[in-house]
Amino acid sequence: MLKINNLHASVEDKAILRGINLEVKAGEVHAIMGPNGSGKSTLASVIAGKEEYEVTEGEILLENVNIDEMAPEERAHKGIFLSFQYPVEIPGVSVTNFMKTAINETRKANGLPDMPANEMLKLIREKSEMLEIDRKFLSRSLNEGFSGGEKKRNEIFQMAMLEPKLAILDETDSGLDIDALRIVANGVNKLRSRDNAVIVITHYQRLLDHIVPDFVHVLFEGRIVKSGGKELAHELEEKGYDWIKEEVNA
Amino acid sequence: MTKYTEDDLREELKTKEYEYGFYTDMESDTFPIGLDEDVVRAISLKKEEPQWMTDWRLEAFRAWKDMIEPEWANVKYVKPDFQSISYYSAPNTKPKYDSLDEVDPELLETFKKLGISLDEQKALAGVAMDVVIDSVSVATTFKKTLNEKGIIFCSISEAIREHPELVRKYIGTVVPQKDNFYAALNSAVFSDGSFCYIPKGVRCPMELSTYFRINQANTGQFERTLVIADEGSYVSYLEGCTAPSRDENQLHAAVVELIAMDDAEIKYSTVQNWFPGNAEGKGGVYNFVTKRGLCEKNAKISWTQVETGSAITWKYPSCILKGDNSVGEFYSIAVTNNHQQADTGTKMIHLGKNTKSTIISKGISAGKSQNSYRGLVQVSSRADNARNFSQCDSLLMGNDCGAHTFPYIEVKNKSAIIEHEATTSKIGEDQIFYCNQRGIDTEKAIALIVNGFSKEVLNKLPMEFAVEAQKLLEISLEGSVG
Ligand SMILES: Nc1ncnc2c1ncn2[C@@H]1O[C@H](COP(=O)(O)OP(=O)(O)O)[C@@H](O)[C@H]1O
Ligand SMILES: [Mg+2]
Repeated sequence: MLKINNLHASVEDKAILRGINLEVKAGEVHAIMGPNGSGKSTLASVIAGKEEYEVTEGEILLENVNIDEMAPEERAHKGIFLSFQYPVEIPGVSVTNFMKTAINETRKANGLPDMPANEMLKLIREKSEMLEIDRKFLSRSLNEGFSGGEKKRNEIFQMAMLEPKLAILDETDSGLDIDALRIVANGVNKLRSRDNAVIVITHYQRLLDHIVPDFVHVLFEGRIVKSGGKELAHELEEKGYDWIKEEVNA
Repeated sequence: MTKYTEDDLREELKTKEYEYGFYTDMESDTFPIGLDEDVVRAISLKKEEPQWMTDWRLEAFRAWKDMIEPEWANVKYVKPDFQSISYYSAPNTKPKYDSLDEVDPELLETFKKLGISLDEQKALAGVAMDVVIDSVSVATTFKKTLNEKGIIFCSISEAIREHPELVRKYIGTVVPQKDNFYAALNSAVFSDGSFCYIPKGVRCPMELSTYFRINQANTGQFERTLVIADEGSYVSYLEGCTAPSRDENQLHAAVVELIAMDDAEIKYSTVQNWFPGNAEGKGGVYNFVTKRGLCEKNAKISWTQVETGSAITWKYPSCILKGDNSVGEFYSIAVTNNHQQADTGTKMIHLGKNTKSTIISKGISAGKSQNSYRGLVQVSSRADNARNFSQCDSLLMGNDCGAHTFPYIEVKNKSAIIEHEATTSKIGEDQIFYCNQRGIDTEKAIALIVNGFSKEVLNKLPMEFAVEAQKLLEISLEGSVG
C-alpha cells in the first residue's frame, strides 16, 4: 500500500526527516512513537503532501505509484486521510456542509456524480451513531469552539465518512477521556479491513490497547531507529525513550 | 417671474441648440459630451418632464457647479472629467448581436458558472431574442397582481408622467439635491431608474424586480430610485444582477431614496457586479452611490448588499431613524480583488426614542485591493434608549491587500447603548491544507471559507438571490490565490 524509501524532508532549509524507510501493507496497523520534536507530524504532513515541506531526497509510493508530484487533494482522492494533531477551525462552515463538499469533490475526482442527498443523510446518521456524536453537533461550525476531545472525535467521524485506504492518526488520543478513547478506537477498528491500512502516531500505550498494532516504530531525530511488534510499545511505556537515545548514540 | 411654459423652453432650447451646434444631435440618440444648463434642460425635455421637474434639476445643477468632489474616502483614482461625458443616451433597443456565437466567450463562461439560463444570457449580452412573447406575458401577469393591490412599480420617468403628485412630494426629501457632489450631479442629470409605491397596509406579494432583472442589466449611468412604503405596508426590493455588467460608461452615480412611513417595512437587497477592470486595474467602473432611507414611527428599513464589482465603490446606504421605535439594519459583503478599491459602510442616524440599529459588515480583500468600512452611528439628544450593535469583520487573502475600518460614533444622549466589534482574519495556509487534505482543492476551499465568513449576511438575502450571490463570491475570488 505505502512504501517510503530513504525519505529526506526539510522546512526552511532545516532537515527534519533524515532518511525514513517504511513499508505498510494492506490490512496492517503500524504505530509510530517517539519523543516530541522527532518528526512524527512532519512525516504525516509530508505523506499528505503539505507544500511547506520540501522533499530533498527519496520517494513515497502509494500502491506502487510515486506520489511526490501530487497535490494534497489528489492524494486525498487516492485515499490518503490524515487525522490532524491540531484540527483547524473554519468559521461559518458546518461539519455537514464540509463533509458534503469533501465527499462530492472526491467523487467528482474519481468520475462519480454527487452523492444523492438521501444517501448522504443516511451515511451521516450511520457514522455519527457509530461514534456517538449528537446530530446537533454536526450543524456547528467546523472545529470552532470544539473541546480538544470533540475535535478528535470529529476527525474520526470524517475518516468514517470518507473511508480512506490509508489513514494516518496523529495523536488522536490526546484530549480524549477514557470513554471517548474507547468509542473512537472502536470506530477505527470497525473501519479496518483487508484492503486498508492505518498508521497510528501516539505517545501512549493506552490507545494501542484498543487499536492493536502489527508493528511499532520509534522515530528519533528524523529517522526510524527501532522497529518491533506490539511489545515494543509496552517497553517504551515502561522505560521511556532515554535507552533508545543511548542506543542510537552508542 | 412670468409664466414660463414648456413651449417657451422648447423655443429657447432650439435657438440655444443651434448656437451651440447640437441641433442635429437632438435628433440623434446620444447627446454630445459636456454639461451645462442647456444639457440639463434638454434631458428633461427628451423625457417630456413637467416644468417643476426641469426646475428641480436645474437647481441641483447650479448647486453642483459650486461643489467639489469629496476626497475623504480611502480610494485613489484619476478624477473623471465631467465635461467629457455624454449625459444622455436613449436606451438601446436594437440587439447588439444576432446570436450567442458572437458574444465574448469569457462572458458566456461566467454566465454558465452562475447558472444563468440561455434566454437570460441572450438578454443580458444583448442578443436578439425570439422568446419575447413568453416573457411579456409573464410580465403582464406580474403587473396585474400588483395593480390589484394598488402597488405602483414603474420607471421613474413613467412615474414623473403618471404620478407626478407622488414624485413631486417625495423626491429629494431623503437625499436632497445638494446632499453631496454625486447626489447633486445625479439630481441634475438622472436618466432613469425605478419608482415604487406600496399603499397603506399592503404587503407586496412578491420580491419586486426579481423578474425585471433582465431589464435592469441595462441600467443607466445616473440612476434614480424612489421607494415609498405607506403606513403599515411591506416590500422587499431587489436591485442589480449577479451577471457581470460591462459598461462603456466609467462613471456611475446613482441615488436611492426609501421612505418607510409609520409601521412600514422596506427590505432593500442589492447585488452589484459592475466590471471591476482587468487584472491590471484598467477600465473598471467608478461607482459613487448615495442610498438613504427614512423611517417614521415603528418603521423598519434593512439594507443588504453584496458588492463584488466596480474598480471603485463609494457607497454608504444609510437610515434616518426619525420615528420612535424605528429600526435600521445594514448587512454588507464587500469583495475586492486585483486593484479594486471599496470604501463602503453605513450611517445610522438615531433621532427618535427607542430606535435600534444593527450593522454587520463583512469585507473580503484579495490581490492588491483595498477594502474600507466607514460607518457612522449618531445618536441625537432626544433619542432616548437608542441601541446600536456593529460588527465589522475583515478577511484578508495574501499579503498585498488591505482592510481598514473607520467607525465613527457620535452620541449626545447618555441612555444610548452602543456596541462595536471588529475582527480581522486571514485565510491561513493551515485552513487551506486542511481542506486540501479532505479532497477539496484550493479554489473550492477558498470559496468554502469565504462563504462561511459571509454566512450571516448571505442568510439575509432572499433565497434565490443568496444562491446566486454565493456563486458570485466564488467567481470574484477565482485565481486570487496562486
Ligand atoms: N513549519 C515548520 N517550521 C519550522 N520548523 C518546523 C516546522 N514544522 C516542524 N518543525 C520542526 O521540526 C521538528 C519536528 O516537528 P514535528 O514533526 O511536529 O514533531 P513531532 O510531531 O514528532 O512532535 C521540530 O523541531 C519542529 O520545531
Ligand atoms: Mg506531532
